[in-house]
Amino acid sequence: MYPNDFYYSKDHEWLKVDGESATVGITDFAQKQLGDVVYVELPQPGVQLEVHQSFGVIESVKAVSDIYSPISGEVVETNEELNDSPELVNEDPHDKGWIVRIKVKNETELENLMSASEYEKYLEGLED
Amino acid sequence: MKRTRLYSAHKTAGAKFVEFFGWEMPIEYTGILHEHMAVREKAGLFDVSHMGEIIISGNQALDFIQYLTPNDAARLDANKAQYSALITPQGTFVDDLLVYYLDEDTYLLVVNAANTDKDFQWILSHEQGFDVEVQNKSEYYTQMALQGPEAYKILKPLTQIDLEKMSSFAVERGSIEGVEAFVSRTGYTGEDGFEIYTLAPNPEKVWDAILEEGKAYGLQPIGLGARDTLRLEARLMLYGNDIDEHTTVLEAGMRWLVKFKKGDFLGREALLKQKEEGVRRKIVGFELVEKGIARPHYPVYIDDEKVSEVRSGSFSPFFQKSIGLTYLPVEHTEIGTEFSIDIRGKRTKARVVPTPFYKREENQ
Repeated sequence: MYPNDFYYSKDHEWLKVDGESATVGITDFAQKQLGDVVYVELPQPGVQLEVHQSFGVIESVKAVSDIYSPISGEVVETNEELNDSPELVNEDPHDKGWIVRIKVKNETELENLMSASEYEKYLEGLED
Repeated sequence: MKRTRLYSAHKTAGAKFVEFFGWEMPIEYTGILHEHMAVREKAGLFDVSHMGEIIISGNQALDFIQYLTPNDAARLDANKAQYSALITPQGTFVDDLLVYYLDEDTYLLVVNAANTDKDFQWILSHEQGFDVEVQNKSEYYTQMALQGPEAYKILKPLTQIDLEKMSSFAVERGSIEGVEAFVSRTGYTGEDGFEIYTLAPNPEKVWDAILEEGKAYGLQPIGLGARDTLRLEARLMLYGNDIDEHTTVLEAGMRWLVKFKKGDFLGREALLKQKEEGVRRKIVGFELVEKGIARPHYPVYIDDEKVSEVRSGSFSPFFQKSIGLTYLPVEHTEIGTEFSIDIRGKRTKARVVPTPFYKREENQ
């Protein structure tokens, strides 16, 4: 379910390092919690993010949720496809439903994130 | 938290639950968008047993209801239900409700779950001088709503009741799958459909039979999430959002609900005065012109002046855009008028549009 080469945050974002940048999205758990996603407010490329900074908003029919950056760095690209097809976040949260690419500023920040098995354990804890 | 008699049926069906004014209710089963469109195109079954049921009986039951509500309850009979309201002396809403004539000198008020206790106390506080008995029977009733273009075809084989002769707001008594019930051709979705009331201890039998019969028609169980988006598209009021103790019946655009000629009733004087002087603000439907979703309580601006807040506001699954209701000064209520809504600090353009947003094609 949760890819082994991803990092995960407690806010239920995933992050995949790809050379100098990292792709960020929300996890399958998060999209299930939200329900049908109908709108994603994306940041402008060039925006500088701090760890845990809110950089966008995901709206389902019922709820509005902030999206937080798991690392610091500059937004280099956003998933423009979400403008027309926000449902990709539900249908394919770990791939086509990606949200932004961030240029990694400080690799040591990755150490604060969870591995797939740690994240799965974290989710089990939430269900108790 | 309170649960309805159908709780385990929802659990089995995989419902996601939410707390709704002390009730543990299904918010969705398969997803709000899917459920919403199932009701628009096929049919949906709702458990609305959280609604309150208050019975008023006695020699002066009709007089008392006439005093409490602005609509004319004298027009009711055993085969007709009526939309009405409890209103304050100021002409504002204590609640909106349905009135049913159950038996001679016996009426049933179906009220919002969130207001059941408040309404009950309100009614008791005005009881003096009327020869009536008021009872809160909410915990005994199970209420289901079967809604959508296929509703009629699904219910027909399950009951002897002659559904075909039932026009809008008609009421009939009988049984469904052998369970005693009464049925009205009413609903909260903008579609054709029925609301089913039963005091039977085994309402699950009715729920299951309808779901089974509906399979061939694409019937789905529907949660409170889609119930809200469906009723908003049909511009049906939600108490607490669109109407409350600070909004009058006339401001809410419900002049038709007030029968001034029927005699005295609570709020009559205030509403008559407001009718003569004209309202200063009025409820309007809007859609966002720019991207985003307007949600309840977002500030509403005309030019640079904050004039109001969004009351109901949601993404519309049918129209695939942001729609809502708000109150605007009457001089700004014309169709096409533009104004703005503050969405997370950004002024977003909106436009007054005709309502209901959604109107089903007749003769379905």
